[in-house]
Formats: sequence, C-alpha cells, structure tokens
Amino acid sequence: MIENLTQAAYLAASVLFVFSLKWLSHPTTARRGVVAGSLGMTLAVVGTLLNPHIVSFQWIAVALLVGTALGVPLSWVPLTAVPQRTALSHSFGGLAVGLVGTAKYFLWLEDGSLTGFRTAVLVIEVLLGFLTCTGSLMAAGKLQEVIPTRPITYRGQNFVNLGLFALALGSGVYLAANPTQWQLFPLIIGLSLLFGVLLIIPIGGADMPTVISLLNSYAGLAAVAMGFVLENNLLILAGALDGSSGLILSIIMCRAMNRSFANVMFGAFGQVQATAAAAEQRSFRSATALDAMQMLEQASRVVVVPGYGMAVAQAQHRIRDLYDQLTKRGVDVRFAIHPVAGRMPGHMNVLLAESDIPYDRLIEVEDANADMSQTDVVLVVGANDIVNPAARHDKGSPIYGMPIIDADKAHTVFAIKRSMNPGFAGIENELYYRDNCLMLFGDAKAVVGDLVKEFTGEGGGH
Amino acid sequence: MDPALWPMLFVLALATFLGIEVIRGVSRLLHTPLMSLTNAISAIAIVGSLLIAGEQKTDLSTLLGTVAVAASMTNIVSGFLITDRMLRMFKKPEAGKR
Repeated sequence: MIENLTQAAYLAASVLFVFSLKWLSHPTTARRGVVAGSLGMTLAVVGTLLNPHIVSFQWIAVALLVGTALGVPLSWVPLTAVPQRTALSHSFGGLAVGLVGTAKYFLWLEDGSLTGFRTAVLVIEVLLGFLTCTGSLMAAGKLQEVIPTRPITYRGQNFVNLGLFALALGSGVYLAANPTQWQLFPLIIGLSLLFGVLLIIPIGGADMPTVISLLNSYAGLAAVAMGFVLENNLLILAGALDGSSGLILSIIMCRAMNRSFANVMFGAFGQVQATAAAAEQRSFRSATALDAMQMLEQASRVVVVPGYGMAVAQAQHRIRDLYDQLTKRGVDVRFAIHPVAGRMPGHMNVLLAESDIPYDRLIEVEDANADMSQTDVVLVVGANDIVNPAARHDKGSPIYGMPIIDADKAHTVFAIKRSMNPGFAGIENELYYRDNCLMLFGDAKAVVGDLVKEFTGEGGGH
Repeated sequence: MDPALWPMLFVLALATFLGIEVIRGVSRLLHTPLMSLTNAISAIAIVGSLLIAGEQKTDLSTLLGTVAVAASMTNIVSGFLITDRMLRMFKKPEAGKR
C-alpha cells in the first residue's frame, strides 16, 4: 500500500515537473511553473519519507534544516551574481550524486549484492557527479573572480586531460569486471575530482555561458545515472529534463558564437590574438555626455546593446532612468540581447527585468538587425565582441562567422567603454574606428548617469 | 545485461525527447530562470540521498547520505526561491504608457 502511495507521488511529481518547464514558455505563465515545480518536489520528498526502510529521521531533519539555512541566503544574491550562484548549485548537485553513489557502492559491497552492471552504472554516476562538483566549483570561482578568469593553459594540456579521463574510465571498466576491487573506487573518485578542475581551468570568462550550460547538462546526467543505480524512474525523468535543458542551452550558446563544443572546451579562446591589430594606431572619436544627449534627443529609434560590462558596473538602474527620459520624449527605445551577452544564458534579460524594463522592449539579434538601417542611435553599454563587424568579413579574426548585432549599420553609434584596451578576448573591435562611432569613456554606470543628468538639466554641459 | 535496464532506458529516451521539445518552447527571455529552475528540479537527487541517510546501515553511508540531503536541499530551496524572485521581475508591457 505504502509502495503504491510512493509511486503515485513520484508519478504526480513527474507530471508536475514537465508542466513546470512548459509554463516557462511565456513570462505570464512562468511563475506557475515555480509553483508546479516546488509542489512536485514536495510530493517526491514526502513520497520518499514514507518508505519503511527509512528507520531514523534525526539526521534527515538536521540535513533539511542545514540545507534550508544555506539555501535561503543563496537565493538573495544580487542578480549580477546569479551565474556564480548557478555554478555553485551545479556543484552541490554533483556532490550529492557522487556521495550517494559512493555510499551505495560500499553498501552493496558489504552485503554482497554488487553485480558488474551495478558497478558500471555506479562508476558512471560517481564520475559524472564528482567531475560536475569540482568543475562547477571552478566555474563559480572564475565567475566570482577568486580564480583568474583568463584561460590557464600549458603545453600538452589536452593530452593530460584526455589521459586522466581515459585512466578513470579504464579503472571503471576494470572495476565493473571485478566489482570487489574496492581500492579502485577511491581512485576513480580522486580522478573525477581532478578531471573536473583541469577541464575548466583552460576556459576563459567569455565562454562561461557555454560552460555553465554544459555543466547544467552534466548535473542532469548525473541525476539520470543515480536513477539507473536506484532503479528510480522519477530520478531518470527529472535528470533527463535537466540534461536536455543544459544541452539545448549549450547548443544555442555555441551557435551564437559560431563555435563547436570541442572548440569551447579545448580551444582556450583568447590566447592567439593580442598581436593582431596592436601595431596599427587608428583614430577614433570620443564624445561627451552632452553630445550623446543631443543625438539621443533628436532620435526616433534607439537600440541599446548591453553586455557583461553593464553587469559589472551595475548600470542597469541608470539605464532604466535613461529609458524613462527617452520614452517620455517619444523616442522608441529597445534593447538588443545577444545570446552570449553576460556570463550565462539570459543574464541580460534578468538584469533589465530587475530594473523594470518591460520585457516586450527586449529583442533578439535578428529583429534588431532587421531594423538596423532605420535605427538612429545605437548605445553599446559594456558589450564588445558581439558588435564587432570583423565577425562578418575578417576571415582571420577568431570571432569570424559569429552572428553579431550590426550596430555599425545604424546611423550613429555611441560605445561606452572604460578605455581603448581590447576586451577580454584581446580582439580589436573595428566598430570603434568607424566614422559613425563615438566613444563615451568611463564606467558604464557613471556615463549613463551623466547622460540622464543632461536630460534632467542637472548636467554640467550647459 | 540486467533486464531492469530496459524500462529505465525507455523512460530516459522518452523523457529526453519530451525535455527537448518542452525546453525548445521556453522563451529566450527566461533562460536564466530556466537554468535555476532545472537546477532545483535536478536536486531530485534528494530522493536517493534521503534513503541512504535514513536507512542508517553503516556510519559511512549515513554520513554521506546526510551531506547529500543537505546539498540537495540547498539547491531545492535556493533554486525555487531565486527562480521565483527573478520571474517576479519580468513586468508586463506597459500598455497605457506609450
């Protein structure tokens, strides 16, 4: 009877999880998705606690309290820090899966029910769990900038990584053939942990949107592997949903950069360039906040292109003020969002939503480009590679072929930038040297703030 | 080959297909909340963690299970809360204003 109750709870949870994701198809239904998801999770937990094999609730209660105590503050992080929070929770997810796999291996070893099949699945579970754990921890460290965000590379890196992975896999295969050789199990755990670290260190900050999506996928696959170990369909379903979500996001990110998975994971982007256009001293023009204000005031269509620099400078609220000033004067203001702008998929959308920009003002690359020739002013706020025209024509550029926002085709471009230093990837941006481009030097928040002051009449320009 | 494998592979194949279809329909605006929501959902690993922690078979398994429950619970709580916090910010188009 109780078994039936548990299974019914699991079935209901599965359905609720699918609806939860389905309702994310539109912002108006999305919050329902959270309700469905948390209801499903509650059912799954209650259904599990009914299991008669659970003889003591003492440690469970402690763990649930600790988890809640950690989880609540983690949900209060500023939205600019959401990428590192996400990476951190992938890490926790991987850890949980790895630990359960370890516990299960030694339990089965003790009661003699360890088959070759079970061992093989356990090895996969532990491998995925622990590599997701340390890999995501490294990603979180890079996003939080406690670890250098530039790629860390050395000679023969890919060879070392592949060798390690092959060693872990080989040990796994041997263990599956000889399930009682338990000494190998800690070795596999150690190799997985190490592999996770080594996999992420050569990847630079700008590739984080892809990496974080890929780790999302791994966390899901780890849960699937746990489902196979415990013969639990709910785990398989929920893990597969997570895995496919990560996969789709990774594909979208790779397409948005015109790069392959392999290139992101093993390519160590941003190493080659640096020398390219450095010798050439080309001229650019800079402008003042007053100049920009006058142009914006005259415009009828304005497109803002936000990038990671907006997040770093926390400029989104000033941008909202600017949006208000322009909208009040009848200017049509829209925000062109490139899929890889920021440090995770959808990062810019969330930041702009936080500053109360209505979501119908946020448009995708294709729509922005379709109207670009009729756009009077493009304001680039802390974005770089995603507006670099070199991607369209310069076959030698590392970003050649990447779909970009054609800011250069607008009538006038204002680019807010701290200095003329090339951005993260070390790629010189041609846009800044175009005749129709004017530079606004300074911190994004300060520059946009000055612009707003010009509109409200508090500026020093008059 | 374990015969129990087949029904599980069925579920995996169908769930992956369903997942891909559903996720493809998710609005691009909401990719960050999508990731935090799937994060919370993949903390379904709590199911296995609870069993290991509650069975109390060996000290080691109880310890590992307890840590796993805490880690999963952290993801559940923070994942759902932050998703909701983000989604609340997506304001409807301001119809009357323009």
